[in-house]
Amino acid sequence: MATNTAYMSSPVSDNEQKKKGNTRSLTMSGHVGFESLPDQLVNRSIQQGFCFNILCVGESGIGKSTLIDTLFNTNFEDHESSHFYPHVRLKAQTYDLQESDVRLKLTIVNTVGFGDQINKEESYQPIVDYIDAQFEAYLQEELKIQRSLFNYHDSRIHVCLYFISPTGHSLKTLDLLTMKSLDSKVNIIPVIAKADAISKTELQKFKIKLMSELVSNGVQIYQFPTDDETIAKINASMNGQLPFAVVGSMDEVKVGNKMVKARQYPWGVVQVENENHCDFVKLREMLICTNMEDLRDQTHTRHYELYRRCRLEEMGFADTGPESKPRSLQETYEAKRHEFYGERQRKEEEMKQVFVQRVKEKEAVLKEAERELQAKFEHLKRVHQEEKMKLEEKRRLLEEEIIAFSKKKATSEIYQNQPYAAPGGNPRRDKDRKKEPGYRFEFLCFDVRARAASGGQKDAEERVEHGRPL
Amino acid sequence: MDPLRRSPSPCSPQASSPESPPCEMLGYVGIEAVLDQLKIKAMKMGFEFNIMVVGQSGLGKSTMVNTLFKSKMWKSTPPGLGGPTPQTLQLHSVTHVIEENGVKLKLTVTDTPGFGDQINNDKCLRPLDIEFLQRLCRTVNVVPVIARADSLTIEEREAFRRRIQHNLKTHSIEVYPQKCFDEDVNDRILNSRIRDRIPFAVVGADREHMVNGRCVLGRKTKWGIIEVENMAHCEFPLLRDLLIRSHLQDLKDITHNVHYENYRVIRLNQSHVLPRGPGWVNLAPAPPCQPSSPGLTKVCRWAQDNSDEDS
Repeated sequence: MATNTAYMSSPVSDNEQKKKGNTRSLTMSGHVGFESLPDQLVNRSIQQGFCFNILCVGESGIGKSTLIDTLFNTNFEDHESSHFYPHVRLKAQTYDLQESDVRLKLTIVNTVGFGDQINKEESYQPIVDYIDAQFEAYLQEELKIQRSLFNYHDSRIHVCLYFISPTGHSLKTLDLLTMKSLDSKVNIIPVIAKADAISKTELQKFKIKLMSELVSNGVQIYQFPTDDETIAKINASMNGQLPFAVVGSMDEVKVGNKMVKARQYPWGVVQVENENHCDFVKLREMLICTNMEDLRDQTHTRHYELYRRCRLEEMGFADTGPESKPRSLQETYEAKRHEFYGERQRKEEEMKQVFVQRVKEKEAVLKEAERELQAKFEHLKRVHQEEKMKLEEKRRLLEEEIIAFSKKKATSEIYQNQPYAAPGGNPRRDKDRKKEPGYRFEFLCFDVRARAASGGQKDAEERVEHGRPL
Repeated sequence: MDPLRRSPSPCSPQASSPESPPCEMLGYVGIEAVLDQLKIKAMKMGFEFNIMVVGQSGLGKSTMVNTLFKSKMWKSTPPGLGGPTPQTLQLHSVTHVIEENGVKLKLTVTDTPGFGDQINNDKCLRPLDIEFLQRLCRTVNVVPVIARADSLTIEEREAFRRRIQHNLKTHSIEVYPQKCFDEDVNDRILNSRIRDRIPFAVVGADREHMVNGRCVLGRKTKWGIIEVENMAHCEFPLLRDLLIRSHLQDLKDITHNVHYENYRVIRLNQSHVLPRGPGWVNLAPAPPCQPSSPGLTKVCRWAQDNSDEDS
């Protein structure tokens, strides 16, 4: 559990004591009783329960589910997965197991569709993403202000069982690439699946080949810890037998007078728990009985810490400031906040400027429009005035003409009433006559009155020559 | 006893299915070997414990610490020769590593010479004591102790104890073991018994005397030898059992999961920074009116979510 490591002190060694001046070793004169401390710790852990998450990576049908069933001696899931998934998916299932006092919350994560596609380029990315997502979730919880880490269901993957096909030749490229991308994020334990397909001699060569390929490609698989002397020897020897060649089966076959888990073939029976037949027992020993706590520990103190460091650096935190002076988290926060406020202020200013600018432009446009409108109005007014004046002029002329015409009419009427008017053409009347072209009146008239006195004949001739309009 | 027992609640969105069905195992697997693994790890890492003793000098604090851990943590000052008490409160820490049966314990004891508090004989808790205890109880697990109990008779001791318990209750001072962290019925029974006897009346002694042929720790007086580890004489064994043999891990748990978390919340809120999500955006400063300390009430609510019923 993560909380265990959180307040467990660093190993109290002699060196440390010598370094600290005020830490001395004391011998006690009697029994105090704190030797019960490990038991107190164990009791608390029993109450809290344990959590273990296993990720199984391997092709469909290689025996992942069967092996997990066999490992935990139970039937988890029944159905087989199809071979026709277009992408690799990860499916997680959680189970509650209990053995005497110990309650274990076991999560099995399976890769569905791994290695089934024709194009295997994107096969391992979903796995990496999944592991990162669990780390991220934990980090988010850790960074909360109100957090409840002790309540948190730790979903980080503690161990990855990588299933290798029993071809007997070497690692596939897919395997190599996948393991290489996972080795810094999770504890990898490679296992040779369906080991009953390989003979013993081939198996030895296969194991050696696999390990040398892993080493030469720089893949860091999980090494069982050898620092504690109680388990150092067994762990060291197990390290030399990696990868474990396993056979899984929940079917029972009668061998001798016992029912054992085995696979029955026409030529014999492969017993799962027989160490001569396969390494299943070794795997169970190492995975569960001896190193489960160490796997969880490594996940938290190594893999998660690495993820956390990278992530926080990504977010902009650093332990040392720009001049390589140690900088506390608070300083970083303050600096970032300052920066953020400055940025926000600047953006505000910018937006204000843009806004003012736009308003100005709009104002100018409106003013322009207003001006145009005004000009147009003036122009129209002027035009209208001109028109009006013209019309006035026309009317005046028309009126004058009317007056003239009425005068003429009056005159002609008078003339008509006096047919023998004084001689002498009025030049004006001639003019008038000429002015009205559509009208001519010729008047022939003989004056037979006694005009003997005057040159009457002349007048008469004159009168004949000139018509006179009325 | 653990107040913060995990309830099965998967928090991460992708991980597990919401229900986790219990599975029956058909045979022995070896899961319980994890307990041994834990023990091995614990033994290798060692344990740490930090204890602070508060009280006026001359009450026998140093002696009691020495008696608790059966070693000379520091020199106990003989009464009357301590010199003038310093005007300001100074904290003085000393760290030792003690080992018992392969279990290493790094013990840090902090003394507070110059503190004016006294839970002294034939007095009640004074206002200074009340105030001090109230504040302290919210930040740390407090175990009150009646010092120099050798000058009280059994009846006086009981009466004094009741008075103090009443005082504590009236001022809602929650001393360790806090009621709100009782996990289940067993815890409650056990802790109620302890709570009934708090404050323990103790006598400290680091000298051995012969009594009835046995060598015991005790104080020799004119009228007899007060055996420290005799339940009839004083309640030192109760205190020792509580602190070391049964509740040490619990004390550490509560400090880590409750007191530290409370402090952290306050501290982070004061910095006006709320880290949030992958995009991590700074938010505006928190409103200035933060409670001075959320206190145990907040924590109680939390713990009560996990426990079955109200105590």
